Amino acid sequence: MQKITRDVLVEKAVSLLENGTVANVLGWRKGEFDYDITPAVFTDKADIEANFVWNDFCGANFSKYLVQKTRKLEGKILVFLKPCDTYSFNQLLTEHRFDREKVYAVGVSCEGMVDIDKIKAIAGDGISKIVCGEMIEVSTVYSDEVIKIDAKDVLEGRCESCKSKKHVAYDELLGEEGDVIDSNRFDEVAKLEAMTPDERFAFWQEQLSKCIRCNACRDICPACTCENCVFNNPNSGVENKAAANSFEEKMFHIIRAFHVAGRCTDCGECSRVCPQNIPLHLLNRKFIKDMDSFYGEYQAGAEVGSRAPLVNYTTEDVEPCDVFEGGNE
Amino acid sequence: MQRIGVFVCWCGSNIAGTVDVVAVAEALKSEPGVVFSANYQYMCSQAGQDLIKDAIKEHNLTGIVVCSCSPRMHEATFRKTAAAAGLNPYMVEIANIREQCSWVHKDMPVGTEKAIILGKAAVAKVNLNTPLVPGESPVTKRALVIGGGIAGIQTALDIADAGFEVDIVEKQPTIGGKMAQLDKTFPTLDCAACILTPKMVDVGQHEKIRIFSYSEVEAVKGFVGNFDVTIKKKARYVKEELCTGCGDCVSKCPMKKVPNEFNLGMDNRKAIYIPFAQAVPKVATIDADYCNMLKNGKCGVCAKFCQAGAIDYTQKDELIEEKYGAIVVATGYNPISMDKFDEFAYNQSKDVITSLEFERLTNAAGPTAGKLLRPSDGKHPEKIVFVQCVGSRCDACNEKGKEYCSKICCMYTAKHAMLTRDKYPDTDVTVFYIDVRTPGKNFDEFYRRAVEEFGVHYIKGMVGKVSPEGDKLIVQASDIIANKQIKIDADLVVLAAAIEPDKSARPLATMLTASMDTNDFFTEAHPKLRPVESPTAGVFLSGACQGPKDIPETVSQAGAAASKVIGLLAKDKLTGNPCVAHSNEMMCNGCSSCERVCPYGAITYEDKEFRMPDRTTLVRRIAVVNPAVCQGCGCCTVACPSGAMDLKGFANNQIIAEVDAICK
Repeated sequence: MQKITRDVLVEKAVSLLENGTVANVLGWRKGEFDYDITPAVFTDKADIEANFVWNDFCGANFSKYLVQKTRKLEGKILVFLKPCDTYSFNQLLTEHRFDREKVYAVGVSCEGMVDIDKIKAIAGDGISKIVCGEMIEVSTVYSDEVIKIDAKDVLEGRCESCKSKKHVAYDELLGEEGDVIDSNRFDEVAKLEAMTPDERFAFWQEQLSKCIRCNACRDICPACTCENCVFNNPNSGVENKAAANSFEEKMFHIIRAFHVAGRCTDCGECSRVCPQNIPLHLLNRKFIKDMDSFYGEYQAGAEVGSRAPLVNYTTEDVEPCDVFEGGNE
Repeated sequence: MQRIGVFVCWCGSNIAGTVDVVAVAEALKSEPGVVFSANYQYMCSQAGQDLIKDAIKEHNLTGIVVCSCSPRMHEATFRKTAAAAGLNPYMVEIANIREQCSWVHKDMPVGTEKAIILGKAAVAKVNLNTPLVPGESPVTKRALVIGGGIAGIQTALDIADAGFEVDIVEKQPTIGGKMAQLDKTFPTLDCAACILTPKMVDVGQHEKIRIFSYSEVEAVKGFVGNFDVTIKKKARYVKEELCTGCGDCVSKCPMKKVPNEFNLGMDNRKAIYIPFAQAVPKVATIDADYCNMLKNGKCGVCAKFCQAGAIDYTQKDELIEEKYGAIVVATGYNPISMDKFDEFAYNQSKDVITSLEFERLTNAAGPTAGKLLRPSDGKHPEKIVFVQCVGSRCDACNEKGKEYCSKICCMYTAKHAMLTRDKYPDTDVTVFYIDVRTPGKNFDEFYRRAVEEFGVHYIKGMVGKVSPEGDKLIVQASDIIANKQIKIDADLVVLAAAIEPDKSARPLATMLTASMDTNDFFTEAHPKLRPVESPTAGVFLSGACQGPKDIPETVSQAGAAASKVIGLLAKDKLTGNPCVAHSNEMMCNGCSSCERVCPYGAITYEDKEFRMPDRTTLVRRIAVVNPAVCQGCGCCTVACPSGAMDLKGFANNQIIAEVDAICK
């Protein structure tokens, strides 16, 4: 379904590597299955040509990898960024998390990524082969029949309510530049807000009780880049991988949401990587919606160096009592 | 483990009346770390302090909790007590069981329970206290005075006479302020210029004083003793060092129709001007809004006639960076706009004027050369009505005016009425008032002279409406003593407009992080005991920027502010506050959140090399706090996403321990 082809990306990566602009390429590598794409660093042409992937399963946002990779790797790093990834990229630059000079950013236009769980729900388990395109062709080990699925029907949740096709940062752009989209991403939050407090509590209790504290959401989150995470601190009493009690599983996600409030770009990686399919992005999105209504619209990462409303003060700021009422609706 | 002593104060019956102090001392005895507990009538008395000192020595205390009044009252006292007994003064915690407990509760059991909880919280905090040592910072021995009116002039002279350098920043082309516009001054009727201009000359000639006229404060950084101030010297298109103030340029300038702000727009001046004859510095200024040469390059007359060659049409605004140890705010006041007071017909008739305009009409250097003539037709007014409290003492719900009393209007109105009757005995003068307020030396005598000797009609009651009819102004008013409505066909109506702080005060307060009240008057550190200091260390208040004041009061406050500045500048070093932020470099990820919220610019970043476990090195960006600049506000500690920022004396774990102790 992607308009821009793998060959264009491979050619770009190889030429930048060969002309010495970059020494490393941060890209998507073939996994065990066709849908199982892994972020990886490539350093040679043959490896790229054989194993580099660009298709509808390349959801991974590479921005956060730059924090560690720019520290450890010698030479410049080529990073491919989808429009949503560029917001995280800018936000990390705002927070001085990596050296911009060490990165060559190539923007890639994106038509939306697909959700393997949605495909499995249609095609069943035992997928042996997937061919991407307008119609995704799925083969399984259980049948000779090739199942055809319209890619638009199995988009990832975050892509269904995509907020921007515009790249806010890049050195070079592949494909066409899009626009910021007037998305319906807050509809889901509005649904939660319409619930009674009891219903909402029940909803979150059901969702958060599924949490296995694998920490994938934290590890993938581009806003979570503390040198030392409080959830790794044995003295915190909440460092366990398994949730010791219901308080812990609730507090983990809520503390995390508070922690990234104002810095979260709504990239949706937390929900994408959650093995338990908890809609974690809704917590962050509620914060974004509230901040937008209290302080005026603010998109974290839209520009480098912008001041998030929670760490800014203007005389037009709402009074705490208004916020209280707003929260108490 | 700490060895903590608890000292519960009765404060006479202030605390003991509502809190069972014996029970509090007993209950806190069993808290972790507490090895001694006592109660006493007045802990702040010499005997009470001796009790604390003895206990520290006898029981080898490592920390103390005093359950008493607000730390604002006696924290310093008890810190000194602890220090005298050899304890680090920052091992003292105050549990405020007076303002936050006994004074707000009536019921003894409730008050006692709360006092115990507050005591437990303080004990929990002391358990985590560490000895702190304050740093020292040098003092720049130069003061900045913002505003060159009588307040700023007096403050600057007093500081300079003590031997310290002073800079005055004045936004107008000359110092002098409002007082330079006045005619006579109450209650002695001296000529304002006669007593002010010698002081202006003193300022101009004082070797310790520099005047930045036609200049504004652009930015303020730093802290007490070490302010870095950016001053914008606006382009006046005249080289100050060359201009002799001869006035040739002014007389030759062809652009004659510029409203003269010194005479409140009642006559015109030239595009190049010297505000008034005694201006200091006596330097011409070109008004860029009206100068033809600057607007369209056609003229250049002033440059042609200037023998000193002082005219420079290419001059640009200049930014000057200067260091100061203390800053005095003397930004003064302005009469409020009369636009909202349609009932007095100020915008409909030229013959309805404000008191300051009246002041110019009677001044020999004013638009009428001191003859009291109506602005509309230049005739002598035969009936004058003065209206007091226009915009002063308004209802809170009334958005037109101010709630406060402007304080000076009763006296200057009496002055105007008296002077009018003195010079023009045939004039009929009526004053409408709510109350006549004359609390000041020789003030009431002055007002009574106006009534008794000069025959001014004082009528208690407010004017409801002024309507121009022909060449008369029909004043409708009530006389509430006679209980009747009055109509007067006046020739001139003078409005005693309320005064408000200058518009430049609010942005200046933001730059100085000095606090203001809802009316934009600067607030003092203590309304009674520290009236000339702002709560921000190193910032002092002089004159009407702090509240409405007459000249004698302004001059005494200006002197008081100067004495505070001298006291500060006389020190070589200032002891800092050790309760400052610091960053844990192992946790800091250099994200800049703290730097963005720091109101004092105390945080910078450095790239620091870290040795990694595998013997490699890693260069990371980390935050560094300048303890001399940090004021310990704690903004950074809450903004830091990594929890790397912490505040000494108010550490995150101490605050959590206090909350835990309260919630236990």
